[in-house]
Amino acid sequence: MTHLVIAPVLLPLLAGILLLLTRPLLPLGVRRGLNLAAVAGQVALAVWLLTLVDGGAILTYNLGHWPAPFGIVLVADRLSVWMLLITALLAFFALLHAVRGTDRGSRHFHTLFQLQLFGLNGAFLTGDLFNLFVFFEVLLLASYGLMVHGGGARRVQAGLHFVVLNLVGSTLFLFAAGTLYGVLGTLNLADLAVKVAALPPENLGPVRAAGLLLLAVFALKAALVPLHLWLPAAYSSTSAPVAALFAIMTKVGAYCLLRVETLIFGAGAGELAGLYADWLWPLGLLTLLLGSLGALAATELRRQVAYLVVVSVGLLLSAFGLATPAGIAAGLYYLVHTTFAAAAFFLLADLIAEERGSLADRLVPGPTVRRVGLLGGLFFFTALLVAGLPPLPGFVGKFLVLRAALETPGWPWVMAVILTSGLLGIIALGRSGSLLFFATQGATNQGDSIPSDSPGKSGGSAWPTLGLLALGLILLAWSGPALEYCAAMADQLLDPQGYIQAVLEPPGAGDER
Amino acid sequence: MEALMSLIVGVLTACGVYLLLRARTFPVVLGLTLLTYGVNLFLFASGRLTIGAPPIIDTQATQYTDPLPQALVLTAIVISFAMTAFVIMLSLKARAELGNDHVDGRETPGDQP
Repeated sequence: MTHLVIAPVLLPLLAGILLLLTRPLLPLGVRRGLNLAAVAGQVALAVWLLTLVDGGAILTYNLGHWPAPFGIVLVADRLSVWMLLITALLAFFALLHAVRGTDRGSRHFHTLFQLQLFGLNGAFLTGDLFNLFVFFEVLLLASYGLMVHGGGARRVQAGLHFVVLNLVGSTLFLFAAGTLYGVLGTLNLADLAVKVAALPPENLGPVRAAGLLLLAVFALKAALVPLHLWLPAAYSSTSAPVAALFAIMTKVGAYCLLRVETLIFGAGAGELAGLYADWLWPLGLLTLLLGSLGALAATELRRQVAYLVVVSVGLLLSAFGLATPAGIAAGLYYLVHTTFAAAAFFLLADLIAEERGSLADRLVPGPTVRRVGLLGGLFFFTALLVAGLPPLPGFVGKFLVLRAALETPGWPWVMAVILTSGLLGIIALGRSGSLLFFATQGATNQGDSIPSDSPGKSGGSAWPTLGLLALGLILLAWSGPALEYCAAMADQLLDPQGYIQAVLEPPGAGDER
Repeated sequence: MEALMSLIVGVLTACGVYLLLRARTFPVVLGLTLLTYGVNLFLFASGRLTIGAPPIIDTQATQYTDPLPQALVLTAIVISFAMTAFVIMLSLKARAELGNDHVDGRETPGDQP
């Protein structure tokens, strides 16, 4: 039993506590350094774990040495570790952007940032349904604080909706967990899979209801239509580094949907097999369409980017909903690209908004921005990346999803909706690019009014944005190994016996007792 | 007892949902509280209802009650308590920032916040 599995959960927790306690003692610069070091440590841990699970091993960790299914178990398989790595890399660049001055907005930014990572890493690693609820609450509570970080009427109002909706989601999660426990007598995900597969027919109804309640909860986190309405307001009104970090939050919902879809309601689930897949792809396609229309209609750049996040969730979940190895692998490849691209776009929108002074990121013609070459070039590149045009990784991901869809009966729908939404996305981004950079009037803006939430920063560095875009290029350059890994992940997910065996009958469990 | 319990859970949930759909923050917070009460009772009942049975090993006991839902409910109560405290603070902040206690930040639909 290796203790490394719990390290990605403990490191941010301890770092968060340390940052909380040292707030009165250490200057801000040192605490920034500590926070960056802790996030870099998480990147290293994720890479280390990746080398361990790469061969197909599933590492488990029984908390308090209680054997599963009685105790809580942490499970590191290919998918969990992949998500850990994405989270840590994303957090590193979001934090680099934040230390330019956004983190002065409230006293506990750095603590909340680490606690957010604590919740995220825990949610990816846990193998217990109720523990997943607890980690959801941890990451949500931290996100509530980060969301309203810096204050302002708009942020508080969007924050209130975000908090109330998520609290209702948490309540539904508890109802679902209670029903599953009442019927099946376990909360361990692997054990749930075993019990669902051997379900007597009279219990089908409650389990189906609980499964669909869970679907609603995860769909709310993932911003799947019709539960996406909170996202554009929340993401567009919060500060840029937080919005960039939140790019992973919708992916938590997508991760949970994929995990439950393949593990509990996978092919081995008898009557209930395919319970999620049947819902995911139609809803995913609807999300794609509505998100694209929202991006077309947006009047602010950040709101447009938020709608593009909704679009990416739609594509991701329609790929997961195909429930074929190729579809899931394509979705997982696309997930990496879209997380980094959306985060880079949020950071870039912040840089553009700073240069435009009082116009901020509203899509109206204004004076020529300073550094128009750099920002315009970055905008062009990011737009290509997000819209999924060749030769960038967005295109590779989309192409793979389309190719995987060809093997399923619903392929005309998938093709039509994905290609149409791609076109709508290009139109929307082309329009905002021309409005921001070409349709300019008059002289250069002298930077007369810097937005209120960014005290003392001017001509912000584009390095974090460039870093995130470079990650996208690295993904493209190493597409071969990445795709192989994604295919291996999909195979591991679609064969849940390995997961169940690793959790319930770990090697050497017999002689330890 | 099962009928009474389910009636209570149902009424609490119905009241919670009704209050959640109100337009002002105070009823919404109350609605959230009622909803969490409802779900806590529901979780408690998920281990089946038994009277007078201990949850931990006892030499004289002939039957036991399931201890896990009690632990789950304790966790859920703590979390919902903290969340209620947070949402109250946020509502107060929203009242201060927006000048009214409407959930959309404006009195009538047409007004700008």
